[in-house]
Amino acid sequence: MSAYPQVLTKRMLEHPSDSNTISVYEETGGYRSARMALDMTRDDLVEMVKSSGLIGRGGAGFSAGMKWSFLAPPRPSYLVVNADESEPGTFKDRQLLERDPHQMIEGMIITSVANEVHEAFIYIRGEYPKPARRVQRALAEAYEKGYLGRGIFGTDYDLDVTVHLGGGAYICGEETALINSLEGRRGEPRLKPPYFPAAKGLYMMPTIVNNVETVSNLPFIIEHGADAYKALGDEADTGTFLFSVSGHVAKPGNYELPRGITWRELIFDVAGGIRNGNGLKTWIPGGASAPWFVPSEHLDDPITREACDKAGSMLGSGAVIVMDDTTCVVRAAERVVRFFSHESCGQCTPCREGTTWEEQVLRRIEMGAGREVDADLLLDIADNISPGLAWPPKMTTICPLGPSSVSPITSITKYFKDEVMQHIHGGGCPFE
Amino acid sequence: MSWSPEAFERAEALIARYPQRRSAVMPLLYIAMREDGYLTEDGMRQVAELTGLTPMQVDSVASFYGMFKKVPQGRYLVSVCTSISCMLLGADAVVSSAEGEAGVPAGETDAEGIVTVEHVECIGACGGAPAVQVNYELVEGVTQESVVEMVRWLRETKPDVVRADELQERFGGTRSFDPGILDAQGAVGPYPAFDPYGTTGGDS
Repeated sequence: MSAYPQVLTKRMLEHPSDSNTISVYEETGGYRSARMALDMTRDDLVEMVKSSGLIGRGGAGFSAGMKWSFLAPPRPSYLVVNADESEPGTFKDRQLLERDPHQMIEGMIITSVANEVHEAFIYIRGEYPKPARRVQRALAEAYEKGYLGRGIFGTDYDLDVTVHLGGGAYICGEETALINSLEGRRGEPRLKPPYFPAAKGLYMMPTIVNNVETVSNLPFIIEHGADAYKALGDEADTGTFLFSVSGHVAKPGNYELPRGITWRELIFDVAGGIRNGNGLKTWIPGGASAPWFVPSEHLDDPITREACDKAGSMLGSGAVIVMDDTTCVVRAAERVVRFFSHESCGQCTPCREGTTWEEQVLRRIEMGAGREVDADLLLDIADNISPGLAWPPKMTTICPLGPSSVSPITSITKYFKDEVMQHIHGGGCPFE
Repeated sequence: MSWSPEAFERAEALIARYPQRRSAVMPLLYIAMREDGYLTEDGMRQVAELTGLTPMQVDSVASFYGMFKKVPQGRYLVSVCTSISCMLLGADAVVSSAEGEAGVPAGETDAEGIVTVEHVECIGACGGAPAVQVNYELVEGVTQESVVEMVRWLRETKPDVVRADELQERFGGTRSFDPGILDAQGAVGPYPAFDPYGTTGGDS
């Protein structure tokens, strides 16, 4: 991976034992960008981030600078960093939190200054206590140095940052659910409109919600400029991108790469190919919500947002889950659907009931109790959650969780219908 | 059962971090679990009093989230991830092994109250699948054999503090990424170990 330029993981690779400490962070140029940001005007900062083309890394693919420019009075406004990383296949934010927390904190300072925020929160999923401890220690170091608190860096700017632990609910990664949770409520998504966080967010005030990876890019952008950041990618996809590669590859892990390399390069070169010399059967390109890809159609596609969208899927959170030819796709689909069924917040009937039905039907097919109609039945249930079964999905729900459960079903129907029918006709799983 | 003076101090300090008291509900629920071992009716009433909510409102929040356990747990909560990436690398067999060694099905606690086994959805350790947490301290790259050894070790040695790095060293294998500096802190019960909540053990 050192063959590619790094923004986010450079420090942790060069300082394998102590990249999380403030001494290493400052020795390697850290907190220079925060000082620069405090000397810039708010408009210049927003403009710089907009022109860098930084896209939010949370999965929705929205411009970070644009998100900022929507922020309007009334004040106060808040910043919430979304560290509720929970989508199956995704583990990149955990590495950023554990190994380079100051990079994120400096990104938060920059974001706060650009948006006149004086109170910021980091919402870390409850299952990440070790990363939370690392961040908490880094915050203490930053407070001690006067980089957080009253009058940061000797200016008259105040900024407080508080870590908030989640309680074990994937849905809180959805920004309005996260806000509800941070307010001390059930983590149920709010309707958009009117509850766009930039307008009516935390305590109904304008709020920036950005992902860990997104804010971690900011110190580089401020220090080296928008053009240097753009030069790392192409026009549509600037900067680098962190991929979390898991499943049946020889070398799973987080890889910071330029977008535009092909799937073949990512899976076979970077991640070491398929374990045990097995064949590649299918992969999920952008987190559990994304429709699957197959080698016969997608292996030589470039990994860009545009190419993924055009192929009917998404780059999403960059979580690549690879399955070899010993994998039963019914079982794999059941496992992905079970996740969404378990994590449904229950507000919207199509999702609450539909994901449960999808899970039950997939399970009975896998167990050998499938009926002839089940393949069609699955699509029918899915169509009630996401009408038309198109991509990007249409929704009968408040948030995209329910529609995400549809992806594995349409994927196995499209590419592995024979295998599904073999389960139904053969009385169970041919891989057992 | 009343909270310790230290718990009240922590609660007030946490409440002061938020623009509105209600925001401290989840942190305070963790304090309640630390005080009583799990989330009791009394604990929720205490959280309600401190945040200005009704006990019903607190219960409604608590029951939304999987980590607020309203029934007693074993001293060590062994959570096996069975989401897609872990399943692909054998997590279902890891659950069976853990269940076998603990002598209870997932979701239950052994007769001595030492180990609870549960299977959970993705814990963000997909690069080190299959992965397990003990009181939310992570171990990656476990096997059917190592999870049996781990449950046996927990039951026999009953460590006061469970640390991710120690568990990894003893029972883990492939991990998602290099950990860097080791962490001397760890968990003291079936809730996440985080200093501001007073839930950690070991040196900071």
